[in-house]
Amino acid sequence: MTLVSGWGRFPVVDSDVLRPRSFAAVGDAVVAGSVARGNGRAYGDAAIGAVRTIGMTGFDRIRSFDPATGRIRLEAGVQLADLIDTFGPRGFLPFVVPGTRFVSVGGAIAADVHGKNHHCEGGFGRYVDSILLRTGQGQTIEVSREQNSDAFFATIGGMGLTGIILEATMRLRPVETGWIRERVISASDLDAAMRALDAGDAATYSVAWIDCAARGRDLGRSLIYLGEHASRDELAEGAAAFPVGKNPNLAVPVDLPSMTLNRFSIRAFNELYYRMGARRAGGSHVVSLYPYFFPLDAIADWNRIYGKRGFLQHQCVIPERNARAVLGEILDRVARRGDASFLAVLKKLGQGDGILSFPLPGYTLALDFPVKGDILNFLDEIDRLVVAAGGRLYLAKDARQSRATFEAGYPALPRFNAIRKSLDLNGAIRSKLSQRLFDEV
Amino acid sequence: MTSRKTALVLGGSSDIGRAAARAFAKAGYDVGLAGRDVAALEPDAADLRARYNVEANLHKFDVLDTASFDGFVAALPALPDVVISIVGLLGVQQNAESDLAHATTIMRSNYEGPSLILGLFAEKFLARGAGTIVGVSSVAGDRGRASNYVYGSAKAGFSAFLSGLRARASRGGVHVVTVKPGFVRTKMTEGMKLIGPLTVEAPVVGDAILQAVEKKTEVVYVSGKWRLVMLIIKTLPEAVFKKLKF
Repeated sequence: MTLVSGWGRFPVVDSDVLRPRSFAAVGDAVVAGSVARGNGRAYGDAAIGAVRTIGMTGFDRIRSFDPATGRIRLEAGVQLADLIDTFGPRGFLPFVVPGTRFVSVGGAIAADVHGKNHHCEGGFGRYVDSILLRTGQGQTIEVSREQNSDAFFATIGGMGLTGIILEATMRLRPVETGWIRERVISASDLDAAMRALDAGDAATYSVAWIDCAARGRDLGRSLIYLGEHASRDELAEGAAAFPVGKNPNLAVPVDLPSMTLNRFSIRAFNELYYRMGARRAGGSHVVSLYPYFFPLDAIADWNRIYGKRGFLQHQCVIPERNARAVLGEILDRVARRGDASFLAVLKKLGQGDGILSFPLPGYTLALDFPVKGDILNFLDEIDRLVVAAGGRLYLAKDARQSRATFEAGYPALPRFNAIRKSLDLNGAIRSKLSQRLFDEV
Repeated sequence: MTSRKTALVLGGSSDIGRAAARAFAKAGYDVGLAGRDVAALEPDAADLRARYNVEANLHKFDVLDTASFDGFVAALPALPDVVISIVGLLGVQQNAESDLAHATTIMRSNYEGPSLILGLFAEKFLARGAGTIVGVSSVAGDRGRASNYVYGSAKAGFSAFLSGLRARASRGGVHVVTVKPGFVRTKMTEGMKLIGPLTVEAPVVGDAILQAVEKKTEVVYVSGKWRLVMLIIKTLPEAVFKKLKF
């Protein structure tokens, strides 16, 4: 057995880890209580097998690519970083990217990850045409919108619980350049931030970084980043059509002592971040896709900033009608607490595609908290606000929500479980997350 | 027909082999992948074609079947510009100590086979007056260790072969590169305790091989730290070295 954890490094649990080298070996590796793991960027326990964790990063081959249509067939372990670096210079990017490019395609499908364009273009799964799935029953089947469609929509956002995703066919987005024309808007409080996001509905990409240390009149003050793909004639003369993606050259070498993140350093950082951003507000300018989409990827192992005990990300989505009041209440509690994340992210989501997909029309707020003190109780209180507002938590980030919170947020669970059962009679596919939240005990 | 340069990777199914093939294809080379199980290599060839829009073809090659080497080279559609031998077998030292067959396989996989096939290519390259030969050896060949001297001694032999070949071939316009990767996270080292700061991922080795070929480097320690580590280990007196648990 090996100690395994997600990106948040909480919880740390025992699981047998195997890295098969062929699809046949993947089949042989599956025992009761197995789940696939990509690059380990899920924050909590989603990609840890109840008994065995099957590492898929070795499956990183592109099977075929059609430069006329952007259709690509690939193995599940290919990372988005690899896709971007390989096909970006050829004029294609993934339609949807989350905040890090170091996620595998299999993981992106399983979590139906969303990007800054979810409000108008949907999630990762929308651009997936078919999936080769190794079910818990031992069959390898192709699932798509036409073929085994129940299994397809359960696999999109299904957290790896319908089986092992081996391959996928998906569409890439044709782009003229790898640059983004960005417009920064500064918002002095939460109302202004939500108005700015609403006004940005027509923008392809939109996201707000909230200063979650700000209180009182400043509560919810933020910077809203809108973005569009830049065309070639918007680039400076002589600029390459595709920017160079550097590997992280900054790394956090050791776990920082938990002292480092305190109410003073967080306040100072947020103040600085807000002021620097506000200075850029107003005009529009062209930035490389890397810092635009993946600001944190510039620092390797940034999860160590939160110290050895790890951190929790709390990402909820609140339906539109209840959003203003609930988000204000959450932000106020977080600001008064003082030890929250050094940045919070607010953005709008549209309808999700998978049966268990996280997105629903509304606003999503993501906050980081170091694991210490009474944080679990505090987050349980926040959960009660989320549930009362008809919201839910993102499973790819979750490490601690209760069964009740989960069940209230995901009313389609019985349908999901019925499909899962039809693919897996013997409980072969189970993760620590499914055990914690919804497997029958 | 294209006029692109070609690279032939012997041991194409290994992690470093795949990484080297990708690095060369990315740089615009057409790539040949050679290995025992050609069918298993087909997805890798498809991967190179789809990613980099280059030609990729497959060749059956078994490093232990030295009798087939002449035929293997003769059957290639064209003599490549670069040939890279990644072939090797770590084996199990403890078994090799008592099992002569296992020891023989380790020695032949790491020394005899790679040396003979690269020697054969060297003759063809010298006749042509151009070509690059890359042998992936190991820091384990720099000094025999109690824990893996069967493997290490074969790699030492291979390193010596490459260095002699380099001295001879350089006069004929043929470049020879010796690569000593150090710890690499691959299926060969899976389950082993590797020292983090001295360990690299396979793509780093692939890129290092390409760079060495293009910059005409001779001996490459993939991580510069290894050059220092091995310098110290090589210069320790035998009386001290044998007492170390290393």
